[in-house]
Amino acid sequence: MSATVVRAARRRASRRAGVTIAALSCTLLALFAFSLVWGDRIYPISDVVAVLAGQDVPGASFSVGELRLPRAVLAVLAGASFGIAGVTFQTMLRNPLASPDIIGITHGANVMALFCILVLGLSGLAVSVSAVIAGVGTAFGIYLLAARGGVVGTRLILIGIGIAAMLHSATLYLLVSADQWDLQGAMRWLTGSLNLASWDDVAMLSLAALLLVPIVLVLGRDLGLLRLGDDAAAGLGVAVERSRRLLVVAAVALAAFATAATGPISFVSFMAGPIAVRLVGPRGALIVPAALTGAVLVLSADLVGQFLFEHRYPVGVVTGALGAPFLVYLLIRTQRTGGSL
Amino acid sequence: MTTSLTTESLTLGYGTRPVVTDLTLTLPTGRITTIVGANACGKSTLLRGMARLLPADSGRVLLDGADIHAMPTKQVARRLGLLPQSPIAPEGITVAELVAQGRHPHRRAFARWTPGEDAIVADALEATGVLDLADRVVDELSGGQRQRVWIALALAQQTEVLLLDEPTTYLDVCHQVEVLDLLTDLNRSRGTTIAMVLHDLNLAARYADHMVAVHHGTIHACGRAEEGLTEETVKVVFGLDARVVEDPTSGRPMILPLGRHHVRHD
Amino acid sequence: MIQTAAPPTAGAAVTRRPRWWTAVALAAALGAVALSIAFGSRVVSLPEVWQAIVVGGDDITAAAVRSRVPRTLLALLVGASLAMAGVMLQGVTRNPLADPYILGINSGASLTVVIGIAFVGIHSMQGYIWFALTGAALAAAFVYTVGSLGRGGPTPLKLALAGAITTAALTSLTTAILLPRMEVMNVYRFWVVGGVGRAENHDTLTVMPFIAVGVALCALTASGLNLLGLGDDAAAGLGVPVVRTRLLAATGGVLLCGAATALAGPIGFVGLVVPHLVRLVVGSDHRWLLPVSALTGAALLTLADTVGRVVARPQEIEVGIITALLGAPVFIWVVLTRTGVRA
Repeated sequence: MSATVVRAARRRASRRAGVTIAALSCTLLALFAFSLVWGDRIYPISDVVAVLAGQDVPGASFSVGELRLPRAVLAVLAGASFGIAGVTFQTMLRNPLASPDIIGITHGANVMALFCILVLGLSGLAVSVSAVIAGVGTAFGIYLLAARGGVVGTRLILIGIGIAAMLHSATLYLLVSADQWDLQGAMRWLTGSLNLASWDDVAMLSLAALLLVPIVLVLGRDLGLLRLGDDAAAGLGVAVERSRRLLVVAAVALAAFATAATGPISFVSFMAGPIAVRLVGPRGALIVPAALTGAVLVLSADLVGQFLFEHRYPVGVVTGALGAPFLVYLLIRTQRTGGSL
Repeated sequence: MTTSLTTESLTLGYGTRPVVTDLTLTLPTGRITTIVGANACGKSTLLRGMARLLPADSGRVLLDGADIHAMPTKQVARRLGLLPQSPIAPEGITVAELVAQGRHPHRRAFARWTPGEDAIVADALEATGVLDLADRVVDELSGGQRQRVWIALALAQQTEVLLLDEPTTYLDVCHQVEVLDLLTDLNRSRGTTIAMVLHDLNLAARYADHMVAVHHGTIHACGRAEEGLTEETVKVVFGLDARVVEDPTSGRPMILPLGRHHVRHD
Repeated sequence: MIQTAAPPTAGAAVTRRPRWWTAVALAAALGAVALSIAFGSRVVSLPEVWQAIVVGGDDITAAAVRSRVPRTLLALLVGASLAMAGVMLQGVTRNPLADPYILGINSGASLTVVIGIAFVGIHSMQGYIWFALTGAALAAAFVYTVGSLGRGGPTPLKLALAGAITTAALTSLTTAILLPRMEVMNVYRFWVVGGVGRAENHDTLTVMPFIAVGVALCALTASGLNLLGLGDDAAAGLGVPVVRTRLLAATGGVLLCGAATALAGPIGFVGLVVPHLVRLVVGSDHRWLLPVSALTGAALLTLADTVGRVVARPQEIEVGIITALLGAPVFIWVVLTRTGVRA
C-alpha cells in the first residue's frame, strides 16, 4: 500500500535523527567527562564524581569544581547557544553562509560588551543585557535596511558583512586604545575564549537559555516551513513576519548572551548547522542536533586549544582556524550536488 | 465544495503605488479560472492578494464571506492552498518529505504523525503520479516532475480552493500540458476551485472554465473564453494585433498574432 | 542583474566631462595635502608651512611640518594605490562589492607579514613587501576560487561571503601565531588597525617599484577592462584576450593593495568607496576611472588621516578605523542601490 511507503520513509528519517542525537549526546558526555578528568593534574573519575556530588576532595574540589567544571559547562552552553542561533539564521535566510557571526550580529554584541567593560566599567548582568540589546538592535537595523520592498536574504547578508567590518574596526579601536589591559585577556574579545569562565557566566547563560531555547523549539516547525520560501510557508499557514521576528530576536539574544559570556567564538554558529544537517538529513527539526553539534565543537576545540599544542590557545582561535577549510568543504560539496549558496 | 473566494473593490500594491485598483472578482466555485494579462498588469499581484500574501490598501478579500485578513493564517491555510511562482525545495529533501509539509495547517504543535495522515500524503502522491518518486530528491527531478510534486503538496493540504501563480512559466511545452491536464483532473474529480495566472494565452483559453483578463490593475474582460477573448480584448490587454479563430482540437478560441512579416493577405 | 556602471536616469542624456573632474580631483588632492600639513595637534598656517619647507629651521613648527610631510606623502600613495586596486578588482570580478578588505586580500597580506616576522625574522620593508604580496596573491586566489564554487559562478554574494569567512579564518590564524609572541603582538595590534604614521621614507622607496608595476598593469589593461564589463563572451567576441587581461588586471590590483598593506597595514573600504563615487561622475571608462580614482583616493585617505589626527586630539584615531566607520555606510548604500540583487 502506498501509505506504507510514506510511513516507512518517515520512520527511516526519524530513526536517523534519533540515532544522531543519541550519538552526539554520548560524544558530548564523553568529552565533558574527559575535560573534567584531564589537565595539568589528572584526577581519577571517582574524585570527579565525588566533587560533583558535593563532597570536599582536597585539590580536586578547586581544580575540578571551580576551574574545570564551570569552564566545561560554559563551553556546552555557549556552543549550544551559538549552534542554535546559527542554524536559525541559516534556515531563515536559506543560506548556510548567513550565520550571525558573519553578518555582523555577534560583532554588535561584542562591541557593546567591550564598550561596557572598558569604557563604562560595568560587569555581569549589565554587560550581558547591553550586549543583547546591541545584538538585537544590530540585527533589526540590518533587517530594516535589507527588507525594503520585501527583499530579504541576499541583501541582508551583504549589508551584514559591511556592518561586521565596521563593528570589527570599532572593536579594534577599543582594544588599541585600552592599553592598560592585559593583552591576553583582551584577546578574548577578538576571538572568544573560555579562560575566564566563572559560575556567574554560567548562571547568566543558563537563565537566558532556559528562557529562549523553548521559544525557538516551539517555532521550530515554522522554521522548517520557512525553508520553502515565504510565499509557500504563508500558504501553509505560517505567520511569516511574526515567526521570523520572534526567531530573530530569540536567536540573536542567544548569540548575544553567549558572546557576552565568552566573547565571539568564531565560526561555531557557522559550522554547527551544516554539520548537523549532514548528520541528521534534510528533514526539519535541526535545532537540537545543531545545539549538540555546537556544544561538541566548542568543547573539543577548547580541549585541543588547551592540550594539543605547547602553547595554550583560546577556543576561538581553534574554531577560527577550522572555518576556512570548512567553507571550502561546504562549497565543494555544494558544487558536486549542484546546489547553490 | 462550497468555499468561495471573492474580492470586493480590492486595491493593493507595493509601497505607495497601487498595482491593482478597485477590483471586484468572484471565483466561480468548483471551476477552473485562468487569469491573463500583459507583464506587470497586476495579475500576480491580484493572486497574491487573494492568497493573503499582500495586505489590501482598501477593499477586502472574502473567504466564505469572511475577511481573509481577519482570520488566523493557519485557518486560511486549511481552506486555501497556494503554489507560489518560485517555490524553493530545501536541499536534499525527498518528494515524500516535501509533500508531507502540506499537512502542516492541520497538525497541532507537537503532534505525532497518524496513519491517516500518511494515507493522505500517499493519496496526494498517487493522484499526481509521483508515488514512485517518493524517495527521490526533489532537486534531481525534471521541471515537470517538480511542479507535480508541489501540486501534490497542495493536494495533501486538502483545501477546497487552490491558487497557482504561473505554474507553467518555466516548463517545456510538454510539461506545461502535463501539469494543466493534472489540474483539470483534480478539478473534475475533487471539485477543487482552481485559479491560476498563466502567461500562455492559448493554453489559458483552452483550459479555462472562466477567464479573467487584467489590464492596468483592473478587469478588462471576464467570462467564458469564447465570450471574453475577442480580437478587441487582445488588442487592448496585450497591445497585440491578432486574429481569433476556433482551435480545431478543442473548440476553444485560439489567438494568432499578426506581425509585420509572414502574414498572408488574401 | 549586476551593474557596475551607474545607469543614466531614464531618458536623460548624460554628459561626462572627465577632464574637468580630473582637475577637480587634483585640486581636492592638493587641498587635502595642504590640510594634512597644516592640521594636527598643532595647527600650522600656510605661510608657516611654506617657510618650514623652503627655509627649514628647527623650531617646533618646522619640526611638525617635517614630520607631517612624509606622512602626507604616504597617505597620498596608499590612498591612490588602494583606489586603483579597487577599480581593478571590481572590473575583473564584475562585482560592485569588490574591495581588498571585503575580499580578504588584506588579511592574507597581514597573515604572511606576521609569519615573516615571527618565523623568518623579517624586520625591514624589503622583507615585508614580498611577504605581503605573497599573502595578498594567495588570499585573492583562494577567495576567488572559493567564491566561484557552486552554482552560478562568482556572484557578488558568494565572493563577499568567501571574503568575510576567509578574513575571519586568516585573522584567527594570525592571532594563533601571535599569542605566544607577545612582543610581536604589541607591535602588530597597532599595525593591524591600518595607519600611515609609521612608515619611513626609505620604506616607501622600497615599495615604489611594485606600485609602479601595478600602475603600469592598470594602464595596460584599462581598455580591456572596459570590454570585459560586457561579459566574458561578449568581450571575447570583440577580440579581447579574456584570460590574459583578467590575469594581468588582477595582478595589478593585488600588487597595489599588497604594497599598500605592507606600508600602512590593512586599510579597508577605500578600494570600494572611491571607484563608486568616481564612477558616478566620470562613468565606467577605465582610462579615466583609474586616474581620477587614484587622485580621489589619495585625497580621501589624506583627509581621513587628518580627521583622525584632529578629532581626538591629542590622541590619534588611525586612518583604518576612520575609513571603516565612514566606508561601511557607503558600502551599504552600494548594496542597496547598485547590486539590484533579488533574494
